[in-house]
Amino acid sequence: MNTVLALSGVVIKEMCRRKDFYVLFVLTAVITLVMGSVNFFGDAKIVRYLKDICLLLIWISALVIAITTTARQIPAERESRTIFPLLAKPVSRGQVILGKFLGCWLACGMALLVFYVFFGVISGSREHEWPFLQYFQAFWLQWTMLGVVVGMVLLGSVVFTAPSSNATILFIVVVGIIALGRHLNQVALQQPEPLGTLVYAVYFLIPHLEWYDVRDLVIYNQHQLGWLDCGLATVYAAAYVAMLLFATGMVFRRKSLNL
Amino acid sequence: MMDAIVELKNLRVEFKAQNSGQGRKVAVKDLNLRVEAGEVFGFLGPNGAGKTTTMNVLLGFVNATSGSAFLFGVNVCEPIARQRIGYLPEMTYYYKFLTAEELLRFYARIFGLSRLEADRRIDQLLKLVELESVRKRPIKTYSKGMQQRVGLAQALINNPDLLILDEPTSGLDPIGRMKVREIIQRLKSEGKTIFFSSHELGEVETVCDRVAIINQGELKAEGRVVDLVEKHQANLEKIFLKIIGYEPQVSA
Repeated sequence: MNTVLALSGVVIKEMCRRKDFYVLFVLTAVITLVMGSVNFFGDAKIVRYLKDICLLLIWISALVIAITTTARQIPAERESRTIFPLLAKPVSRGQVILGKFLGCWLACGMALLVFYVFFGVISGSREHEWPFLQYFQAFWLQWTMLGVVVGMVLLGSVVFTAPSSNATILFIVVVGIIALGRHLNQVALQQPEPLGTLVYAVYFLIPHLEWYDVRDLVIYNQHQLGWLDCGLATVYAAAYVAMLLFATGMVFRRKSLNL
Repeated sequence: MMDAIVELKNLRVEFKAQNSGQGRKVAVKDLNLRVEAGEVFGFLGPNGAGKTTTMNVLLGFVNATSGSAFLFGVNVCEPIARQRIGYLPEMTYYYKFLTAEELLRFYARIFGLSRLEADRRIDQLLKLVELESVRKRPIKTYSKGMQQRVGLAQALINNPDLLILDEPTSGLDPIGRMKVREIIQRLKSEGKTIFFSSHELGEVETVCDRVAIINQGELKAEGRVVDLVEKHQANLEKIFLKIIGYEPQVSA
């Protein structure tokens, strides 16, 4: 575990020393504040619109951070050949995968926390309400979902050689799942066989990332989610993460270390 | 019989040839080798002879096609076999966004050193490689020689009993080479085992107790440096050239 934590520490340091997170955060903050300064049509409930914009930017930024940070981890180790002195230590390839996953997930969590604190301050200052538990649930579910995304990108990073192609493909897949995943079963019903069965199979195989999107509940100050539902969603994501990491380990074990 | 620190038994490594018409390429052919505790062992051969492949098997980067390799009697497939070794690659491959101190602390943590012990080792090693004054600077700002010295420090962080050095003085200026040689001599006097490859045959002759010469994946000669010099009545460079079958072209 010490090795895995040490490896994750390097990933977090790397994220803190790169500009990606700062650029995205400043961009989110600037866009939200500019939007917040305008009141269209004298709408008294403008704060909802502000929250909607801010959460959308947080979702996009978090996905960009998760995908770009994770996509470069293994290819960069192979390209810069830092993997050699690392594996010359008592470190297995499985530990490298676990360390990279943990580092990327924790780094995403830290970035997400900063975004949510900003969101909380902005919405709280306008609404004068502080639904901490609801924000925590939204944060937790999004962070859990990012765990699955990090797992998917890590698997992609040992399959695809170029981080850019991995990042592009995975970004499309993740956005596709979030936007269309929930409708696949209905699409399947309208398809002739065997296409219908195939679409159904895809519906059951893909991780349903859209379940973790509770933005509407936060925007419209709706009821809090049940903790059991949150727990089950966490278990569901953990199962996918475990499967993805196992597959990544299997591929990486056979992979040549040279690019 | 003394304990072997490094042991290769009928080691064979084959690769799929890059040109598909060539089938499989044999990089190492049934290599047998033993390195005893406290020895400085030179692993020599021309480029493409199989030195790096053999080292890669020892370090667990490449799996043997057949045969086996052991470090301290433990099969190299087990990560724990690398607990007591230090490895210095030919080129500097480190996380350049980290400082030298952070890099050493990272590796110390991997070896399970306590914070106190890590602090002590880091201070000691940065002093040894003369990087104390720049310990807080990112590695990307270091010169090549400084980066190679960080490499040496990371190879020694766990106070290893075996050091595997892949052309440790390659690309260094004469002062850098002398410093690395001094460190090797010092480690030798401390009873450490050193396994290194180098093209600097004069340096090998000075530093090594025993050498092995391989060519095209096959072991061509092995023995004590003094014995080889006495047997062939020539220096190590001439012996090396003779063994690998190089005929110098003398023009009038």
